[in-house]
Amino acid sequence: MRHTLSILVENRPGELARIVNLFSARGFNIESLTVAETLDRNVSHISIVTVGDDKTIEQITKQVDKQVRVLQVRDVSSLKHIEREMAFINVAVGPGAARQEVLNLASVFGAKLLEINEEGLILEVTGEWSKVWGLVQQLEPLGVREIVRSGVLAITSLSERSAEQQSRAVDEAAD
Amino acid sequence: MSVSAMGVVEDPSAAAVPEEMRGARILCEALVREGVDTIFGYPGGAVLHIYDELVNMRGQLRHVLSRHEQGAVHMAEGYAKATGKTGVALVTSGPGATNAVTGIANAFMDSTPLVVISGQVPRKLLGTDAFQEIDTIGITRPCTKYNYLVRDVREIASVVKEAFHIASTGRPGPVLIDIPKDVTAEKAPFVYPEKVALPGYNENRLGDPRAVKRAVESMLAAERPILYVGGGVIHANGGAELLELAEKLHIPVTPTLMGLGCFPTGHPLCLGMLGMHGMYWANMAISDSDLIIGIGVRFDDRVTGALEKFAPHAEVIHVDVDPASINKNVRAHHSIVGDARSVMGQMIDLLPDAPDAERLAPWWRQIDEWKQHAPLSYERSDAVIKPQHLCEEVYRLTKGEAIIATDVGQHQMWLAQYYRFKGPRQSLTSGGLGTMGYGFPAALGAQIAMPDRQVIAFVGDGGFQMTAQELATAVQTKANVKVIILNNMYLGMVRQWQEIFYDRAYSEVDMLCQPNFVKLAEAYGAVGLRALYPSELSDVLERGLATPGCVVMDIVVAAEENVYPMIPPGAGLKEMVLR
Repeated sequence: MRHTLSILVENRPGELARIVNLFSARGFNIESLTVAETLDRNVSHISIVTVGDDKTIEQITKQVDKQVRVLQVRDVSSLKHIEREMAFINVAVGPGAARQEVLNLASVFGAKLLEINEEGLILEVTGEWSKVWGLVQQLEPLGVREIVRSGVLAITSLSERSAEQQSRAVDEAAD
Repeated sequence: MSVSAMGVVEDPSAAAVPEEMRGARILCEALVREGVDTIFGYPGGAVLHIYDELVNMRGQLRHVLSRHEQGAVHMAEGYAKATGKTGVALVTSGPGATNAVTGIANAFMDSTPLVVISGQVPRKLLGTDAFQEIDTIGITRPCTKYNYLVRDVREIASVVKEAFHIASTGRPGPVLIDIPKDVTAEKAPFVYPEKVALPGYNENRLGDPRAVKRAVESMLAAERPILYVGGGVIHANGGAELLELAEKLHIPVTPTLMGLGCFPTGHPLCLGMLGMHGMYWANMAISDSDLIIGIGVRFDDRVTGALEKFAPHAEVIHVDVDPASINKNVRAHHSIVGDARSVMGQMIDLLPDAPDAERLAPWWRQIDEWKQHAPLSYERSDAVIKPQHLCEEVYRLTKGEAIIATDVGQHQMWLAQYYRFKGPRQSLTSGGLGTMGYGFPAALGAQIAMPDRQVIAFVGDGGFQMTAQELATAVQTKANVKVIILNNMYLGMVRQWQEIFYDRAYSEVDMLCQPNFVKLAEAYGAVGLRALYPSELSDVLERGLATPGCVVMDIVVAAEENVYPMIPPGAGLKEMVLR
């Protein structure tokens, strides 16, 4: 089962390597990985898409959380969340019916045309992983030359955040 | 700063200006602030400034010069394990650091608090494949709890403070500090921080009270409960709490290899060690139990045997300071993240004063039956020294009170079976990594930390040859450390597996060419003794243990003796082979 982990880590040299090493050393799989600074420049956000059964995901989460500089790990797949991925798709289609079909598909998937010439075109598509992958599959028989994907970005939904605050308040009241 | 006759400090602003000193001195001062009195190390180019400062620190920081960096780290481990303090090792860049890796990995697997300081090439040479440059941070990342490359002299003090905090709290472990040579030469004001700022780091001391309460309810209702306890109890100094908990519940206790001594082996509630070469009745008891109370353990494969056959009817309570150890191998019905001592304290508070002995009487009768069925035994001999007999003799002569360090293999298992450790921090062994060559330097480190204790390195002839050069360190430091070599002229445990699982096709396990250990000891200025026959054994051990200084006792034992009982690989705990 695919899981998207959202990790906050202190922004210091070597911290990304520490997390990536941990995945390889323990035989966990990384399907995609994105990293960037957050609003607080001392903190980085890492999104990792990984595959595993519940036991494996629990181990991954705990092993990451145990790292000294990791501030927070969430398996956002278990929460209400929004996921997006961006891809550039280079399609080798010259002028003609095939090109028209590519452009039709692009408009159905809401993809943007970034460049076009005699030999082909480059599309930009954004959406859930399944949508991006869907477009790639549709275009494949028409001559996809190259794709570059951003990896998955994830953020928890607004409703999830307020639910979390509520449950925290309940916990505190119970204590 | 001067003090007036009135006792009032004059010119407080001048007193507040911190003294400028070079990085090497800041490092030493920071170590002193952390209570360090002994460093185990080996000099080299990248740490020359630090070694130069050590001259000025004599009297505050003792440096023990090993003969190999692996030895230095094992000594620091022995020091840490025996005292509970954080051990410190100092090595140079490149080969100094790579030689230290075995020790660091060993400390990581056995959760030993350690701070290892390694030199590094100057900052401007970093990444240029300079002389004696290696990516020490990259190499040690998977086998340290944390590591630092110090790029600024002003960071040294806070990095040392953090390193000691990380190494010694939570699940302890090694922390490495890599310092480029030029950073140790630069000057900065020395300010030692009072606190560490580690927002993502959790020590996990107390257990969730609700989870503890539910666990205690199960403990009071169980009919076949067992306490399965390990190194976490020792790290947390929880021996007294464990004794109280076990006695108030009147339930059997089985320690792991790493837990030996956390509960007195001779106590009527103690079943002895469980696992691959553990006691038959301990393995039967945990297999048939209805409640396993695991404290400071990690359900290691050497303990559980085949996981799918492990304790099928048991409810599992798992207490550990490391949340990642819980549900890793065996699913726990009650997960309690917390330090063993604190959580046991929380449990004790919820227990009635007197145990319900009647409820547990059938369980104890069953355990006694298992004990009668397969007591620990071996075939005695008048012709050759049996290794088990050697362990019994060492136990008899030291009354179970010695600190004993071992390597890995047959000697380690026999000692674990036959030496009845009285208390915690007596058994120093390489459990997780299984490192040959650990025992002797670890014993030396422990002896240096505790000069008044009887400390023994109990090693095999193979393992001893991996770090035997530390005899020079032992003699130079005038340490009273004793070495007992269980000499079967084989790599015994590998031979045993080849005998049992490979039709006795012995492949490269024959150590027939070995040094004369008596002469080797003498060559280093130590005392060497040898026992070839059972009639000589007691005398050699008695004399050897009583002789001051470093003594090597070469005990030639039955060559093809096997460690039993044994759980074959892939089998469950109930499928023990008795002999």
